[in-house]
Amino acid sequence: MTTQTAPNSPLTSPVVSMDMITKTFPGVKALDEVKLDLYPGQVTALVGENGAGKSTTVKILTGIYFPDGGTIRIDGDPVTFSNPNDAADAGITAIHQETVLFDELSVAENIFIGHAPRTRFGLIDKAEMHRNATVLLKEIGAPFSSYTQLRELGIANKHLVAIARALSVDARVVIMDEPTAALSHKEIEELYELVETLKSQGKAILFISHKFDEIFRIADRYTVFRDGAFVGDGLIADIDEDALVKMMVGRAVDHIFPDRDSSVGEDVLQVVGYAHPTEFADIGFTLKRGEILGFYGLVGAGRSEFMQALFGITKPSKGVTKINGKIRIIRSPADAVKNGIVYVPEDRGKQGAIIGLPIFQNITLPSIGRTSQRGFLRLAEEFKLAREYAERLDLRAASLDQDVGNLSGGNQQKVVIAKWLATQPQVIILDEPTKGIDIGSKAAVHEFMAELAAQGLSVIMVSSEIPEVIGMSDRVIVMRDGRIAAELAGADLTPETLVRHAAGITATPESVPA
Amino acid sequence: MTDTSVQARHVPDRLNTRAYRTFRSWEALLLAVAIAIFIINSFASPYFLSAWNLSDATFNFTEKAMIAFAMALLIISGEIDLSVASIIALASTAMGLALQYGAGTPELVVIGLTVGLLCGAFNAVFVTVLGLPSIVVTIGTMSLFRGISFIILGDDAFRGYPASFSWFGQGYIYWVFTVEMLLFVIIAVIYGVLLHKTNFGRAVYAIGNNPTGALFSGIRVQRVKFILFLLTGLMSGVAAVCLTSRLGSTRPSIATGMELEVVTMVVLGGVNILGGSGSIPGVVIAAFVMGLVTFGLGLLNVPGIVMSIFIGLLLIGVIALPRLWAMYAARRA
Repeated sequence: MTTQTAPNSPLTSPVVSMDMITKTFPGVKALDEVKLDLYPGQVTALVGENGAGKSTTVKILTGIYFPDGGTIRIDGDPVTFSNPNDAADAGITAIHQETVLFDELSVAENIFIGHAPRTRFGLIDKAEMHRNATVLLKEIGAPFSSYTQLRELGIANKHLVAIARALSVDARVVIMDEPTAALSHKEIEELYELVETLKSQGKAILFISHKFDEIFRIADRYTVFRDGAFVGDGLIADIDEDALVKMMVGRAVDHIFPDRDSSVGEDVLQVVGYAHPTEFADIGFTLKRGEILGFYGLVGAGRSEFMQALFGITKPSKGVTKINGKIRIIRSPADAVKNGIVYVPEDRGKQGAIIGLPIFQNITLPSIGRTSQRGFLRLAEEFKLAREYAERLDLRAASLDQDVGNLSGGNQQKVVIAKWLATQPQVIILDEPTKGIDIGSKAAVHEFMAELAAQGLSVIMVSSEIPEVIGMSDRVIVMRDGRIAAELAGADLTPETLVRHAAGITATPESVPA
Repeated sequence: MTDTSVQARHVPDRLNTRAYRTFRSWEALLLAVAIAIFIINSFASPYFLSAWNLSDATFNFTEKAMIAFAMALLIISGEIDLSVASIIALASTAMGLALQYGAGTPELVVIGLTVGLLCGAFNAVFVTVLGLPSIVVTIGTMSLFRGISFIILGDDAFRGYPASFSWFGQGYIYWVFTVEMLLFVIIAVIYGVLLHKTNFGRAVYAIGNNPTGALFSGIRVQRVKFILFLLTGLMSGVAAVCLTSRLGSTRPSIATGMELEVVTMVVLGGVNILGGSGSIPGVVIAAFVMGLVTFGLGLLNVPGIVMSIFIGLLLIGVIALPRLWAMYAARRA
């Protein structure tokens, strides 16, 4: 795509070079022969949608995962990392989205935990440790002392500690995974300065971010992954935002979505002015009978948090819910279910299925009032209801009294959906309904969603998969930073517009030829 | 693993018959143990096989078992109450105080049960409203409740309970069958039905297996737990009435260490100490096993301190056994 010349450095050979790296998980090819080069004194941005393989790449680089195929070279020599220590010894260090730090320890102890300088008796040399820590903190311009207790620091300063810790191991390669996600504007500026400092020290930086403005601000190079495959790389100077977005999302829709007659009925659910002190604000929309409303956004945009508030798990600070035109107060999931709103959570194992209980009891749990009589169980009725929905969803299981924990992910998801459909709801919220399930079950879930909408159920689908969002939704609400960024439908609903609104790219869409 | 189905669209309700499931259960194993102990005891001591001796032996477990049934539900839901023995002390002390002011048998019973309920509610508020871990809260109230008894009584004792009050702990319904035995059976049936036959019982299992999932399924998790603490408190009150009636006096040291035996009984009965599984029939059999063992050891003149060693070993053994079994099975696989 472009020539391999560095813009502002005489060095042209990469420090780290990943080539033909493949990593397979049961049922999913997370990485398929990808390549990634990191150059000294330069920032390389790794760009891709959720699920493109960025996190897996970081885990392979830091020795947490072992690749199935391909080679990693450092200064041209092939290396293998069999554990995180090997990667650290090779000078590769990562600052994760949530680096593990210890609140009760001092800044210096946090920086040097695991590799503190020792006295000749084998005890920790505190004086030396604080001397070294002070040097590091000064280097990155941290405004606090090495003796400070970590818990006294704010999130941005904790981040600096994480960076100092990364640098304390004499890193040559620094991986920053969404480092600005939790930072304020001013703190982000300070982080940029720090990145410049690291560059000037000749460190190679891998920068992972969903925010295009910062990629164009501080990156020298880019590499794009899509669905675990390498798409392209080059110099930031040679590309613009539009082209980069196209590389990220531009794909033939490789999955046939069910044809739907998208005629919708009257208003079923109205949400007005939902707000939460920290997670979201000003959320309002109307959902019609038989409609599939998609919710798209980046991780952390507040979609799940809002849905859980709508379902009564968390308390919103304000907001009104109207169902069929009547105001309903929802303070608990029990209230939500009573009012015909159900929620299929993203975290199937923790929030969805009750592992340890048999399939039929999982299915009847929220409908127990209907299968029982005056509070007493009626097993025959339970089996009848469970059988009906197991058949409707084409559940594959040995028997209905089998522990739901023994099922595959896709079949567990069917049990969770079955349990909610059995309550005969008006609104079903599906949070990442096809995440982590195999292609076959995915198609079945899509098929079923279309069927439900056709029968007059209103569906809210939270999804980070662009093809799914576009293929299934009648209308899409894009959320960014806890607010509604856009509402898209019809011709406006394209991969490019979704990514633009989700990432907050301000360039005029008119400049993009459709 | 077990996801071996082929194209079967029809999923059968159950794979194994009821008889097979019963045969393979922990309860069946425990029943075999109970019978074995019974046989060993009858050989070990000539005094064992006497109707009156056996009747006396039931006092070893009836009061504890009353609490154990409620405790079983609480432990299945993932919580625990270690303050039950101290609730007995406080309830008994309250009854003794009321006695000083001339309370009759009906008032005494009402006071005993009410104090039990209030203590349960006190625990429940800390666990369900403030969200504190029940093991810590009830270790605290274990000291608190008994401490109050000690302040009120010091080295004294309340005596002189009315003759009609002694019916609960010393009365007989018919021949060798005691009032406590009758209460034991009634309470066992009530809790068996509550746990195994009602929506409430289903909610208890769901919460124990996955509290978050239960909440997300529309179950009012905190309300269910609140009720379970109330029930455990109430059952401690019932036990306080029986025990005070049987002893005929109240000392602040009454029922010391009983919480350990109650928890042991529940766990021996097959209730998972981590929550999620267990049954009332299991606890019933466990009550008999513990009663027979302590009675047998008593007939052999084994001192009390050795018995408490035995109870401790039993508790640890029963908790460790499933783990050891899993490790052994994993190595063979």
